[in-house]
Amino acid sequence: MSFRGAVVTFPGSNCDRDMAVALEAVSGVPAIRVWHGDAELPANLDFIALPGGFSYGDYLRSGAMAARSTVMQSVIEAARRGVPVLGVCNGFQVLTEAGLLPGALMRNASQHFICRNVKLKVENSQSLFTAGYSAGQILNIPVAHHDGNYFADDATLDRLEGEGRVAFRYAETVNGSARDIAGVLNEAGNVLGMMPHPERAIEEALGSSDGRALFESAIRSLVEA
Amino acid sequence: MKVRIHVSLKPGVLDPQGRAIHHALEGLGFEGVNDVRAGREIELDVDDSVSDEALDAMCKQLLANMVIENYRIERVTA
Repeated sequence: MSFRGAVVTFPGSNCDRDMAVALEAVSGVPAIRVWHGDAELPANLDFIALPGGFSYGDYLRSGAMAARSTVMQSVIEAARRGVPVLGVCNGFQVLTEAGLLPGALMRNASQHFICRNVKLKVENSQSLFTAGYSAGQILNIPVAHHDGNYFADDATLDRLEGEGRVAFRYAETVNGSARDIAGVLNEAGNVLGMMPHPERAIEEALGSSDGRALFESAIRSLVEA
Repeated sequence: MKVRIHVSLKPGVLDPQGRAIHHALEGLGFEGVNDVRAGREIELDVDDSVSDEALDAMCKQLLANMVIENYRIERVTA
């Protein structure tokens, strides 16, 4: 397989290695590591992952500085060309700050950092990231965030729901997110942002393997395409 | 010259921080506080030649998140 997946590391990323391990575990090919200051992305990427962490120490707003970093201009261009982009946790925050996904991630309603496994419901099982799941399936995936409280105005939320762009919802009370939204897709369906960490749930030894199918469906769809 | 950028949450956006501060004020025994909204102030030192349009663009592109925040620009004559 000639899969070319990249993981972008920002100063303060801390799930970049986990993401690279997940991509390699599923694709069999080591992930290409990209630094935030790189002028551009490597050519012909099949998949770009923005990992979790606390890029730039969450200065100004979570993800705000990373969204304006040098390499992000290439990521935005690649996303607009249709390259699949997955942003997890801080990566989700970066995607909203970069304007690739609607809405914003605010401080958790409880004010507390939340680090535990949560029940996650698959809402859309048709996207390239979620085709390995069935609609309504409940997953066990960890979250670890302070700013995961998804906000968008009602018109935006209605549109996301109407267009099937809510990929995942929390199946329990977690962080105060509007309509319990945990992950959203862009209009074209090639960009997914989610607060829970599928890359931390790729084998039973980690407590859950429910995240693995996300990488499998994304990578399989790319190989078959 | 100094410029102060006042960034505040838009009306209607839930403010968990403001709520926690409100709760803490009540805990200290202060009465009559009806609501608390927490914002952010960013102070810039800029050349006098920096235009209002440029300041506005700085706010829109970085200093405020227009999904959830409003901003107000105040030029401070030192």
